Amino acid sequence: MKIHEYQAKELFKKYQVPIPEGSPASTVDEAVSVAEGLGGYPVVVKAQIHAGGRGKGGGVKLAQSADEARKVAGEILGMTLVTHQTGPEGQEVKKLLVEQGLDIKKELYLSIIPDRATASIVIMASEAGGMDIEEVAAKTPEKIIKVFVDPLLGIQGYHCREAAFGLNLPPAAIKAFIPMLSKLYKLFVDYDCSLLEINPLVITGDDAVIALDAKVNFDSNALFRHKDIIEYRDLDEEDPLEVEASKYNLNYITLDGNVGNMVNGAGLAMATMDIIKLAGAEPANFLDVGGGASAEMVENGFRIMLSDKKVKGILINIFGGILRCDVLAEGVVQAAKKTGIEVPVVVRMEGTNVEEGRKILADSGLNLTTAVDLKDAASKVAEIVA
Amino acid sequence: MSIFVDKNTKLLVQGITGKEGQFHTRQCVAYGTQVVAGVTPGKGGQKMDDVPVFNSVKDAVKETGANCSMIFVPPPFAADAIMESADGGVDVIVAITEGIPVMDMMKVKNYIQDKPVRLIGPNCPGIITPGECKIGIMPGVIHKAGGPIGVVSRSGTLTYEVVHQLTEQGIGQTTCIGIGGDPVNGTNFIDCLSAFQDDPDTKGIVMVGEIGGTAEEEAARFIKEKVTKPVVGFIAGLTAPPGRRMGHAGAIISGGSGTAQGKVSAMKDVGTHVCEDLGRLGELCAKVFS
Repeated sequence: MKIHEYQAKELFKKYQVPIPEGSPASTVDEAVSVAEGLGGYPVVVKAQIHAGGRGKGGGVKLAQSADEARKVAGEILGMTLVTHQTGPEGQEVKKLLVEQGLDIKKELYLSIIPDRATASIVIMASEAGGMDIEEVAAKTPEKIIKVFVDPLLGIQGYHCREAAFGLNLPPAAIKAFIPMLSKLYKLFVDYDCSLLEINPLVITGDDAVIALDAKVNFDSNALFRHKDIIEYRDLDEEDPLEVEASKYNLNYITLDGNVGNMVNGAGLAMATMDIIKLAGAEPANFLDVGGGASAEMVENGFRIMLSDKKVKGILINIFGGILRCDVLAEGVVQAAKKTGIEVPVVVRMEGTNVEEGRKILADSGLNLTTAVDLKDAASKVAEIVA
Repeated sequence: MSIFVDKNTKLLVQGITGKEGQFHTRQCVAYGTQVVAGVTPGKGGQKMDDVPVFNSVKDAVKETGANCSMIFVPPPFAADAIMESADGGVDVIVAITEGIPVMDMMKVKNYIQDKPVRLIGPNCPGIITPGECKIGIMPGVIHKAGGPIGVVSRSGTLTYEVVHQLTEQGIGQTTCIGIGGDPVNGTNFIDCLSAFQDDPDTKGIVMVGEIGGTAEEEAARFIKEKVTKPVVGFIAGLTAPPGRRMGHAGAIISGGSGTAQGKVSAMKDVGTHVCEDLGRLGELCAKVFS
């Protein structure tokens, strides 16, 4: 789960990680009043959307006076911000963060992520701050310091020193950096983060170390123990169909094509998308109803796929294991009758009681095409939408 | 022959009295697995069908000689259950539970690292040696006993699809293992490839990967160095968009790494027979393994 920068900074504040003075604002007037309260100009007005690359897209601007703050806040608030992460349709800006401008001497990069290969927590730091870290990693990997922390041991002083000396920090900044990194690690672990990134982390003229930016993502599987983080969820930042699907524990992701597809199991769902593409069509979504889907989940899946108006045909691919094909076929028929499907549907099922299942579909009187295997299913649905 | 589990495996089930635990325990018993014990804290002394239930893994192992554990404990308590099993003296732990926090699994993985125990999963369908024992939630009926092919996969139903196609072609399986769809898991591709390479009855291997992480690339390097048996590979997620978690917690392309294209070419580079069309995987296997 993602949160906004201003929310991440609230967490930083809670953990005594230095951040610039500032507050969020939802209106231009509010933004100006925050700016006036900061005790001097320049101030920075930052668009609050989940996607990165806000600066390049025109979502971060400096203001030298109250009038200028009013002007830039007005420009940014309500704009549709397009960045490399939002896609071409962009994201509407509904909130701002107004902060004091800092005297920046140096920009650094700092992040904490879980490393899946070593099952450890890795701290990544670089003197090449403010830049796209993926680009730094690709072009000059030697400029990135990696410090691995055993999650059973937790962060130690030497881990922090390794990062601090690796960043060539001036002595005064080292003193500030070490406890800061330790607190960031604690935040990361306490909240089951999947990413904590500060880009840039800045050293100011008087050698203070301050988190100019803040990005924190959370492990969705761990939200059950972080009710306060669930409060941070901003549904405006998510695809409405994906929000709807999440209510029913369906894994749904909107894609660009026109073949809706519903599959039980994530791996098979991905493979089904691939086979649709191979047959010359494009998948409209990823929809995993789970390895042991119920008739009710199938019905909700149908409804969500059909609310995507791009969908011109649907492929259902179910491998009935523990869940028998005849039970699933009943679910499909019921769902089809209830939701009033207006697009052609190709059903491919395999596994336990498949013959009974196929008979139920054939006798249903619905506009369902049965496919004998995966190849057949993909070519039939591709033909329909061609 | 087989790898990791066989007809002598004595299974205990953690979370045996829950809905899932009960249902799948019965399925395993029906398949012929020796289910000797169940563990549900607080329900020691009861029975689930004919299976005695204990309060702890240690008690269950002591009383029944169980050497393998299958876990259906819900995510908040699953890491605890895995560590209890590792400490309780079983040889193999099969964690079916989906949705365990990554932080918990990182601790588990470091904890069991130096212990003489193999963890399979979590978030996996389990392991089956057809005709001998089924430890997991896969449908037993689609498998064909007697080998000669070993199957290893990060997925559930996709594995069933693959196994079904093998069986349709008349190709049996020695052992089929789902290693799970989570970013941090126990047994990996290399462990399985290595075991299949050493198993005299396994003549070929099917490896099913998906987007996310670098496990397939590492497996490819291992295949080049150590595997002489033919390997057929399949990678799911060629059309998956970057930055999105595709159902499995571990199936995500991040920062340009973990793409299906990268994995396909890593596997092709080492001479693996990569199947690009899942609909024809069975046919390809029949050709390669004949």
